[in-house]
Amino acid sequence: MKLLVFLEHHGGSITKASLGVLAKARSLGDAAGVVAGSEVRDAAEGAGGVVWVAEDARLAAPLPAPRVDVLAKLVRDESFDAVLFAQSVLASDVAAGLSARLDAGLNWDLVDVLEENGRLVGKRPALADSVWVDAGWSSAVALAVFRSGTFDPAESSAAAELREVQVELEAHSLLAELVEAAVEEGQAGPSIEDADVIVAGGRGLGGPENFTLVEQLAEALGGAVAATRAVVDAGWYPYATQVGQTGKTVSPKLYVAVGISGAIQHKVGMQGSGVIVAINKDPHAPIFDYADLGVVGDLHEIVPKLTELVRSRK
Amino acid sequence: MKVAVCVKAVPDAGIGRRIDPGSKRLDRSGELVLSDFDSHAVEEALRVKEAAGEGEVVVVSVGPARSADAVRKTLAMGADRAVLVSDVALEGADLLVTARALAGALEREGPDLVLFGQQSADGDGACLFAAVAELLRRPVISQVMDLSIGPGAVTGKRQTEFGYERVRAPLPAVVAVSDAINEPRYPSLKGIMGAKAKPQETLTAADVGGPGESRTVVLALSAPPARGDSRRVEDGSADEAAEAIVAFLAEKRML
Repeated sequence: MKLLVFLEHHGGSITKASLGVLAKARSLGDAAGVVAGSEVRDAAEGAGGVVWVAEDARLAAPLPAPRVDVLAKLVRDESFDAVLFAQSVLASDVAAGLSARLDAGLNWDLVDVLEENGRLVGKRPALADSVWVDAGWSSAVALAVFRSGTFDPAESSAAAELREVQVELEAHSLLAELVEAAVEEGQAGPSIEDADVIVAGGRGLGGPENFTLVEQLAEALGGAVAATRAVVDAGWYPYATQVGQTGKTVSPKLYVAVGISGAIQHKVGMQGSGVIVAINKDPHAPIFDYADLGVVGDLHEIVPKLTELVRSRK
Repeated sequence: MKVAVCVKAVPDAGIGRRIDPGSKRLDRSGELVLSDFDSHAVEEALRVKEAAGEGEVVVVSVGPARSADAVRKTLAMGADRAVLVSDVALEGADLLVTARALAGALEREGPDLVLFGQQSADGDGACLFAAVAELLRRPVISQVMDLSIGPGAVTGKRQTEFGYERVRAPLPAVVAVSDAINEPRYPSLKGIMGAKAKPQETLTAADVGGPGESRTVVLALSAPPARGDSRRVEDGSADEAAEAIVAFLAEKRML
């Protein structure tokens, strides 16, 4: 089985999540990576083993469509059986575009993959992880997107063998343009990555002013404050505090989720926490499916009382 | 400006979602509601039309005939008309089959802008918009939390794993909006009353280029791996809830 792994890069190196998928692919069979960008040879070297390199100034921006062109050609020319991706904003768009281009089945949000009788079978936790689906493919080429952080990268001692990809781009793939590259907004504040205790606030707080409830509880517990993507995007709290798919991955001893529904994008950033306590008024919130203690109720009443009780014990 | 919004009718999360063990498909026999994620796309489409002062908002959906109620909610919010692609041949459609049906319906409409929600509410997929854009051979901008429309082009601000960036694309373009982009309006009583009179067209798979074949298959279902004890506190007062949390934290030696 010939497997190709899309290696996403940023700031001159391949993302850890992509390298994790590459390690998994190598355990399954004949696996190569592909890096597409401008001046990416150094990054490609770091992956070790066979890495296809597509270098072109038109690939400098992290946009999906030209990468679909690169991968489609490579899959056809080299007869790959499967293309594997680590979930990200870019990777999802590339995988979906490639699926349409190659008429290839796409299974997403996988947490594992194995080979059974010469065919790949993906494992996907569905419906808030309440049921596990064995997902298969009926197309010649299988496309798989893995939940980020699913696999750890392997230490690679093998020297990289770089192979050049001839870049041929379609006209419609060059229509979108990056007008402002990614910038991290609001870098101020303490890092949440090393905190033992995190109190995180979500949209259920109702407004930015209510983050004081979260801050007071965090102070009482001696922890840091975190936020969800929804409230960061809404401008309630700085990006540097964001936990989840497009934010930071944290694993404190205690994670208190306040007014957070707990969609999968949030879960992947904090599921490694030791103890998870969730307070939410919606009894059907997905976070209750993976919280160790789930409290259904009005956070605006509960959190101040909780802060008071914690303070009185210290 | 003609804006098309692609929406999905999904089983109500409040009632509970399940996969039917027989068909291995999502059980859609219960009430279907408009996906919350898609209501943000409908809202954005209405704002684009309102800002332009002219134009049309067409809602496009692929799903069972019973999706009509959920689709009608978008008309009550203010969309002008709706197109529902509904066909037994599309039951169990995977990403590619759904993308082809939507692309076929969109080609009939020829909109300037196609909007999607950020993901499906039931399948957690965030792939459909990029597949549709590729089939239409048009640019896609996903996860857009701030959309500006210029002459002949759109610019979207979005959050990726590395921070915020801005992407511009010429029209026609496909844009998936994040749920942070706006607060969807509630349908007014007048809007609800008026929705029934708005045009609602139903198309078959043949109308949009044939059903095509799914390229993925559900092989088996199983219970998730067992996890540790999970406790639930509800129905008590705020005082009782706070005390229960403190007792739990003390037991876990977190205090």
